[in-house]
Amino acid sequence: MTEKIEITLNINGHDHSVRVEPRKTLVDVIRDDCGQTGTHIGCEHGICGACTIILGDEAVRSCLMFAVQAQGKRIRTVEGLAEGDKLHPLQTSFMTHHALQCGFCTPGFLMLAVNALETNPDITDEEILDLLSSNLCRCTGYQNIVKAVRSTAHEMRRARAP
Amino acid sequence: MTASSKRAGGPAWVGRSIRRLEDPALVRGAGRFTGDLLADCWVRFVRSPVACGRIRRITAPAGATVLTAADLAGVKPIVPMLHKFNYVPIRQPVLAKDMVRFVGEPVAAVVAATAQEAEDLADLVEVEIEAMPAVVRAHEAIAAHAPCVHAEAARNVIVEARVRTPGFDAAMAHAHRQVEIAIRSGRQNALPLEPRAAHAAWDRASARVTLTCATQMPHAMRTIIAELIGMRESDLRVIAPDVGGGFGQKMSLCPEFVVVTWLARGLQSSVAWSEDRRENLIACFHSRDQHVTLVAAFDAEARLLALSADVLANVGAYSCYPTTCAVEPLMALAEMPGPYAVREYACSARGIATHTCPMAPYRGVSRPVITFAMERLMDKAAAAFALDPVDIRRRNLVRTFPFRTATGLTLDEASYVETMDAAVEAINVAAFRARQIKARAQGQYLGLGISTFCERTGYGTPAFAERGMDVTPGWETVEVSMDPSGLIEARIGSSPHGQGLRTTLAQIIADELGTSPDRIRIVHGDTDRTPYGWGTFASRSLVIAGGATLLAAQKVAVKLRSLAGILLEASADDIVLEESVARVAGTDRAIAFDALARAAYHQIHRFKGEVAPGIAERATYDPPGTFSNACHLAIVEVDVETGCVRLEKFLVAEDAGRLINPMIADGQIHGGVAQGIANALLEEIIYDEGGNILTATLADYLPPTVREIPSVEIHHLETASSASITQAKGLGEGGAIGAPAAVLNAINDALSPFGVSIDELPATPRRVREALRAAMT
Repeated sequence: MTEKIEITLNINGHDHSVRVEPRKTLVDVIRDDCGQTGTHIGCEHGICGACTIILGDEAVRSCLMFAVQAQGKRIRTVEGLAEGDKLHPLQTSFMTHHALQCGFCTPGFLMLAVNALETNPDITDEEILDLLSSNLCRCTGYQNIVKAVRSTAHEMRRARAP
Repeated sequence: MTASSKRAGGPAWVGRSIRRLEDPALVRGAGRFTGDLLADCWVRFVRSPVACGRIRRITAPAGATVLTAADLAGVKPIVPMLHKFNYVPIRQPVLAKDMVRFVGEPVAAVVAATAQEAEDLADLVEVEIEAMPAVVRAHEAIAAHAPCVHAEAARNVIVEARVRTPGFDAAMAHAHRQVEIAIRSGRQNALPLEPRAAHAAWDRASARVTLTCATQMPHAMRTIIAELIGMRESDLRVIAPDVGGGFGQKMSLCPEFVVVTWLARGLQSSVAWSEDRRENLIACFHSRDQHVTLVAAFDAEARLLALSADVLANVGAYSCYPTTCAVEPLMALAEMPGPYAVREYACSARGIATHTCPMAPYRGVSRPVITFAMERLMDKAAAAFALDPVDIRRRNLVRTFPFRTATGLTLDEASYVETMDAAVEAINVAAFRARQIKARAQGQYLGLGISTFCERTGYGTPAFAERGMDVTPGWETVEVSMDPSGLIEARIGSSPHGQGLRTTLAQIIADELGTSPDRIRIVHGDTDRTPYGWGTFASRSLVIAGGATLLAAQKVAVKLRSLAGILLEASADDIVLEESVARVAGTDRAIAFDALARAAYHQIHRFKGEVAPGIAERATYDPPGTFSNACHLAIVEVDVETGCVRLEKFLVAEDAGRLINPMIADGQIHGGVAQGIANALLEEIIYDEGGNILTATLADYLPPTVREIPSVEIHHLETASSASITQAKGLGEGGAIGAPAAVLNAINDALSPFGVSIDELPATPRRVREALRAAMT
């Protein structure tokens, strides 16, 4: 249909050079062209947050932007959270608190919350509710997601305490 | 359970909240969902923009591959079948043929090299439809001169069932008091976060097709799709990989899967389709949309003598496979009296076709609606008798088990009264009432709502046969084996998609075999790898597949003890299985499972012909069905100025028998309650008079966020029931069943000073305000 262009996306520290149509969304390119299928598509209109990734230092919905707009920025997806066998504390916390059932929304929630914990380490319990209200989960009724994020926030704060 | 008596005292896995075996892959983004697969060809469906009309012409853009019903001439229509209750079989062509019957019905399929290209081309397909009058509401569809959705179904009645106990009329006539209620449930979408997706791939070497799809019933999908497109069933392999939620919506056959499979075979290629959220909202299955009218006869002590029910279910334009669209009205008919000891009962239940999206099961199937009806009735009756809502329930709940209901069901051992008492005690009702009075004086309206119910789970074959279903699910078969390296594998026909069944079944096996869950792999969702089975729906898998797993594991335990007995020169009866070792009880003579397995496959001569080679057993379980029960309590605050409802507290006292993994059980309740609260307050698919959907985005159809769902406080009772060999009852749907009634009873309690009765779901701010306005004028 439209002419393809060459772009390079840096995902989890690796450069992916791909030829895509300029109208292709970031999430489609991350999944189809870069093969990183951990980021999911739930609504394609920016409501559900399943496609949440971290772009630079912001959590964004990758269905709402074009891949070309992400060139030259650092993209982080769920695949980049663990370091080898060592899971990110929030990943472990999600398992401990049963914060996932089908697991489809989980990558979006993880990226949303990891970004918040990194940019606002003093995030309050109430702010966590506001934060998490931006994504949808259909299985858990949310309360275990809240527990998982709050417990990680508390632990990280304890770890920082002198 | 003879085998377990031979297990030594190692740690019991059943009953522990161990972490799920499913999770490590999912939290890493390493889950495998259907939409992750790439394909050579992509499909986009062109859908009807009108609710009813005659297709005049479909014009494809030049050079595009566009299929219509004419191209699919060899594909049979979907004709789900029921052999009882005046069911009228109706035909659904996989692509609309001649007529369209709902907005969103697929009329053509566009095939292109990419999904984006297919979508572009689909926009260029011209569909000319001569629009005709549509009927979208059930009560309008049964009126004389209403448009007929299917010529073969007069007045649009697809199914009509009636029951009446012999003593009903006399009991009604002798009533001290009659209480009536009419309720309605709006229409909903189960809304799994992963939309539907299918990927079919032709294999040149075997001439087979592998269909990977987001389904809850892989074997049934194989059967029906092979039949519809005319291929031998074993030439089709169906894989349900990780599935992103289902809640019933992914249980029924969707015509799109048939088209995708047919294309892969015809093109000898790989073909994929992923729906977008709009398609999911308008054209995947809907649910609820029912009217229920109850008349109840009480004696002077407020005991329920007789109940009459009229159920009108809008079933949409077509009938769903395999349950048929009769699933909702027939379940309402069979289970309306719920946990109450009512002996005389009459019911008329109808399923009505309309020009709307077809209906299919959604978590709870009919019971969220009938529980809402019964629990509103109980509150109304309580008011009429000037009794406390708890008191009137206590007078009417079944107390002795087994109890045979008016419709012939057997309620097995349960705790209806005890569960309600536990809930009421936990919430301190007296303190709440004092607070409520104080708050009212300050113009703040708090309410407490109660909902008691029983939840039929683990439906076996007899339950479905009773409905006259042509396809009669019920049983499950499980194969448990140990490979030559000692790894245990269970292959199941159930198809979990978030329920944590890999973990709970591994816990059951670990206890039977004296090993740990990490040495056990549960295989599901692949028709080439698993025994034929019915998938995961209707809160059945832990009861039925769990029971079959237990039976198969017991056989494996017997085999392991025989093998070990021979090698250790002891009686098999003296062998205990513990910590992955077979040991002569009370001695240090032992052989590890891996060595035992190696011998069973590779050194069978050592067993002197006394045992068969290998370690592989299978078992089938087909239980009668068992009833969980629960009591839900909700405390709400209603803003009478805006009609907004805020949930202050939600409490569940649940009895689902023995809990295999309490953490997972709680998770099922949390999720079910959240959907039930959404049913009560937020979610509604709305059609205009012409059959156009007004709620086609997630900004219009309103699934709840964390801000709308309170933390749920859960209390468990664990009544042992003889109706389930694991003593576990299902509980997947209970949260969704009880919550709407509890929330609406709470709203009505809050607004009792205004004398309103809000009996329609969801209780949106608009409906609450309308009721208040009407009461004040």
